[in-house]
Amino acid sequence: MANTEVSFVRTETLPPMAPPIGEQGIVKWLRENLFATPANGALTLVALYVIYVILSGSMPWIFNGVWNTSSLTECREVLDGTRGACFSVLTERWHQLIYGFKYPPDAYWRPNLTFVLMLVAIAPVLFFDLPRKMLIFTAIFPFLAYWLIWGGTIMTPIIALLGVVAGGFVYTRFVASNFAIGFFGAILAALVVWIIGGFMTPDTANENAMLQAVPSRDMGGYMLNLMLGVVCVSLSIPLGIALALGRQSDMPLIKWICVVFIEFVRGVPLITLLFVASVMLAYMFPPGTTTDLFLRVVIMITMFSAAYIAEVIRGGLAALPKGQYEAADSLGLDYPQAMRLIILPQALKISIPGIVNVAVGLFKDTTLVSVISMFDILGMIRGPILGGAAEWNGVYWELFLFACIIFFVVCYGISQYSQWLERRLATDHR
Amino acid sequence: MAEAATMQVSDEVAVTINNMNKWYGSFHVLRDINLTVNRGERIVICGPSGSGKSTLIRCINALEEHQKGSIEVDGTLLSSDLKNIDKIRSEVGMCFQHFNLFPHLTILENCTLAPIWVRKTPKKEAEEIAMHFLEKVKIPDQANKYPGQLSGGQQQRVAIARSLCMKPRIMLFDEPTSALDPEMIKEVLDTMIELAEEGMTMLCVTHEMGFARQVANRVIFMDEGQIVEQNEPEAFFNNPQSPRTQLFLSQILGH
Amino acid sequence: MAILSDPPEGPFRLSMLLSDTRYRSLTLQAITALVLALCLAYLYRNISTNLQAQGLSLGFSFLQDPSGYDINQRLVEYTSQSTHARAALVGILNTLLVAVLACITATIFGVIAGVLRLSNNWLVSKLMAFYVEIFRNIPVLIWIIIIFTIMTNVMPTPRAFRGDAATSSMLFDLFAFTNRGVYIPGPGFSNPFFASVGMNWLLVIAVLVGSFFGARAIGTWATKIQEATGDRPTTWYMILGVWLLPVAILLTVMGLTWDIPALKGFNFTGGIKIGGPLIALWFALSIYTGAFIAENVRAGIQAVSKGQTEAAGALGLRPGRIMNLVVLPQALRVIIPPLISQYLNITKNSSLAIAVGYADITATLGGITLNQTGRAIECVLLLMLFYLTASLLISAFMNVYNASIKLKER
Ligand SMILES: Nc1ncnc2c1ncn2[C@@H]1O[C@H](COP(=O)(O)OP(=O)(O)O)[C@@H](O)[C@H]1O
Ligand SMILES: [Mg+2]
Repeated sequence: MANTEVSFVRTETLPPMAPPIGEQGIVKWLRENLFATPANGALTLVALYVIYVILSGSMPWIFNGVWNTSSLTECREVLDGTRGACFSVLTERWHQLIYGFKYPPDAYWRPNLTFVLMLVAIAPVLFFDLPRKMLIFTAIFPFLAYWLIWGGTIMTPIIALLGVVAGGFVYTRFVASNFAIGFFGAILAALVVWIIGGFMTPDTANENAMLQAVPSRDMGGYMLNLMLGVVCVSLSIPLGIALALGRQSDMPLIKWICVVFIEFVRGVPLITLLFVASVMLAYMFPPGTTTDLFLRVVIMITMFSAAYIAEVIRGGLAALPKGQYEAADSLGLDYPQAMRLIILPQALKISIPGIVNVAVGLFKDTTLVSVISMFDILGMIRGPILGGAAEWNGVYWELFLFACIIFFVVCYGISQYSQWLERRLATDHR
Repeated sequence: MAEAATMQVSDEVAVTINNMNKWYGSFHVLRDINLTVNRGERIVICGPSGSGKSTLIRCINALEEHQKGSIEVDGTLLSSDLKNIDKIRSEVGMCFQHFNLFPHLTILENCTLAPIWVRKTPKKEAEEIAMHFLEKVKIPDQANKYPGQLSGGQQQRVAIARSLCMKPRIMLFDEPTSALDPEMIKEVLDTMIELAEEGMTMLCVTHEMGFARQVANRVIFMDEGQIVEQNEPEAFFNNPQSPRTQLFLSQILGH
Repeated sequence: MAILSDPPEGPFRLSMLLSDTRYRSLTLQAITALVLALCLAYLYRNISTNLQAQGLSLGFSFLQDPSGYDINQRLVEYTSQSTHARAALVGILNTLLVAVLACITATIFGVIAGVLRLSNNWLVSKLMAFYVEIFRNIPVLIWIIIIFTIMTNVMPTPRAFRGDAATSSMLFDLFAFTNRGVYIPGPGFSNPFFASVGMNWLLVIAVLVGSFFGARAIGTWATKIQEATGDRPTTWYMILGVWLLPVAILLTVMGLTWDIPALKGFNFTGGIKIGGPLIALWFALSIYTGAFIAENVRAGIQAVSKGQTEAAGALGLRPGRIMNLVVLPQALRVIIPPLISQYLNITKNSSLAIAVGYADITATLGGITLNQTGRAIECVLLLMLFYLTASLLISAFMNVYNASIKLKER
């Protein structure tokens, strides 16, 4: 054999050493990350130039900004020919951008409070680690929010809440024996409570209510975007679940209704659905009734997002291993029980990141209502502020920058949450 | 020892590694590695997970860069020169733990891809070569299937055949059997034994001690990025010197 | 062997409609059908009474009436005397125009940004991440309006190009960016083969299609040679020639001329005018969707595991070949399906044209025609029908594609 020095035993261990100079620290980092090859170096220079152009264009404008004048002409005088932003449009009109131009100013605290409460109500839904008891507040929140924002008599939300409680009571009572009885019984119970409550509330209840009533058409600004986004997404989740289950059903009629609905809604742009809300839906309601535009828009946007959410949930249902369905069946659970107890909790959990993405998309799409002349933040900018009186006619950048930032913060925040959740679910499931 | 002794080891040097060091960032993965491999040698590398075994053999065909010391393969010095890297890679074949077959190509196309584009072999000839090696790993009838349609053991054998199609003079194996079910391990090991018997120079990272005893002419034990012990298999297993080797062997042979 | 047991005999009881698996699904479906029919009947009754109250009736004959409005941006002949149907056609073509343009540029932006985001240049990849996050998280309508505002309020008026003291000048003396739109040189023929301009361009396109097949043939030929000898002939100059020469010859023979926009009086004449709304819509859809495509591209490339690149590298393939032979074929399977749905999104989002007055189908049929004729139901239905058809065509195409690339698994 050729090898004589085959056997070798290390007697003392080598300690770890620092990498050679040039292989560590900032020099190495720069070399590897910015100037690895000549082409890479050139790319770095181009990128630096782009950053320079962006910053040199925007920074002086921002830092030279004027914050306390009452019109564009005044602002221009202060700037005196130098380049700078007239942020005073924001300080002067921020309330219009946020609440629209008709919401009573002395009631601004109501949407503010609602917003804070909303964060509390949503928290337990988004973060599973929070105490489950908080969900009770989440359940009450919609009624509270309705009362705070629209004002009027407190009877309305209370009766609505009572109806739901009655329905829930009937449901839990009877669902154990038969799902259908529980379900329809609950609806019936709620309806009864609402009708009785409707009779009991005096017609004049709104007039001397604790909170001044504000009609929906007075809602506007960013508040309107948030309201539409939150209301429609929340309503569309149950509808989306129903559609997704319907699409999986083995009853052909139900399946096809769901398929047609989902594919139809996903096949048309949201704006056509908003047209339906603004010009067509009026024809479909009984003659003589008028519904407000806000409600009609909510109906259409909810349908729109429900179709997308249904597809996300269908993905979640499909991702569940078939064994889960079989296990549920073999335990002797019937369909509603299997869905409620075994399948949906898991499928929904996987679907949350997808649902959040739909929600972000939908929230951005709420700006489309400005096309059917509702005054959301974009409608406010293009309508009353830029197109109205001459005071601020011509201050585009400041306003658009504000709208961009306010959307970016929310959307980016939500999508970061979704990514965090995705990572977490990925590790949870192992 | 009986079988291994029948396999020829020549005096010709295939791989020389001299004082090689590698860092990941500031983490010192490989420390002062010195190793000479002669042509025809079959070396088994073992050691606890994270000890740098994969990194070591990946340095040999430049999948990882080393920062200090030198690696010479078949007389070609490994440097950042692309020509040298190309030359070395076409001489050195490698099999991965997770096979890494190309899922969008058939088995046959997997095997002919590199000969056609790197060796510039005419297609027909490349296919003949591929079929020859597929027969050798005993799956010629799967040639037109896709990797996803094969079992793990079959996929690993295809991966071996794919490397052999480049007519490498040295083969590197990185835990080729550790992602496989027990009944498939044997079919892959059989293929590797056959390869060894034909005189292929092999460096195998593996914990298949039976394989090491039967085929290897040297076993290397690595820990914390260093070669701790090396010896002929008989001596290595029966009479380990270093306490760390003893501990490791007692852990994997213990049950 | 399975023996089908007869269903247990017994009289039919009404409760079996709900409790027996054989009847329950039928019962439920019957109830659903009934509820659905009732709803539809109810809607129908409401609609017909509401229409009657306004003295209207459903019908599509209004499409044949003269529209009475003008459209600036049009690809086919159209005057205010043309019918509403013609206006809708102009709108459809405009929708397709902006959708196709935006799909092309969005793909270019998206691929560049997606690939650069994976670059090992830290600064460039961060810059691209910044681009993606900024554009994805701000509504596309805001982008459309911002760019439209730039087009109409920041660009100089044509007057600024006039005289010795002109404050603006044309780019390379060929392009004029004004607040009325962008003027670019328009190609024309001094020695055309056909009287109709369209036919000449069709000929050019036919030649280009021929070149496409020529280039493909060269590729096939090169592969044949490679299969036979092992060496792949160098073909890039041949392919370049096949693409350029025939078109160049045709254009020279037909006498290609460029009509360069020039200032006449207070406005530019000559060349092609691309209106501000079109530019705003096109550019905004491109950068917005480009950000999404960038993410798809990045995800697609990252979906190809590092092991694939390493295995190909270990076989001795060069990085360029690894990209072409191993990474791209796999990445494209991941990238193309979401890419097609992005195209679908562009088509649907192009309906936002109405916000800046670009005359697409939504703005013509769903906007002016609807307002002038008051035919809300008909117009909105037709509008939806158009988008639905487009979507179904695109998704049918996607399904075919998905089926054709499905990886074979056990
Ligand atoms: N790309 C990498 N970046 C940083 N550290 C790495 C990388 N690859 C491996 N390591 C580290 O290097 C050490 C050796 O890894 P490896 O060679 O894969 O070990 P083995 O194959 O022996 O299990 C491990 O501690 C591992 O965490
Ligand atoms: Mg390893």
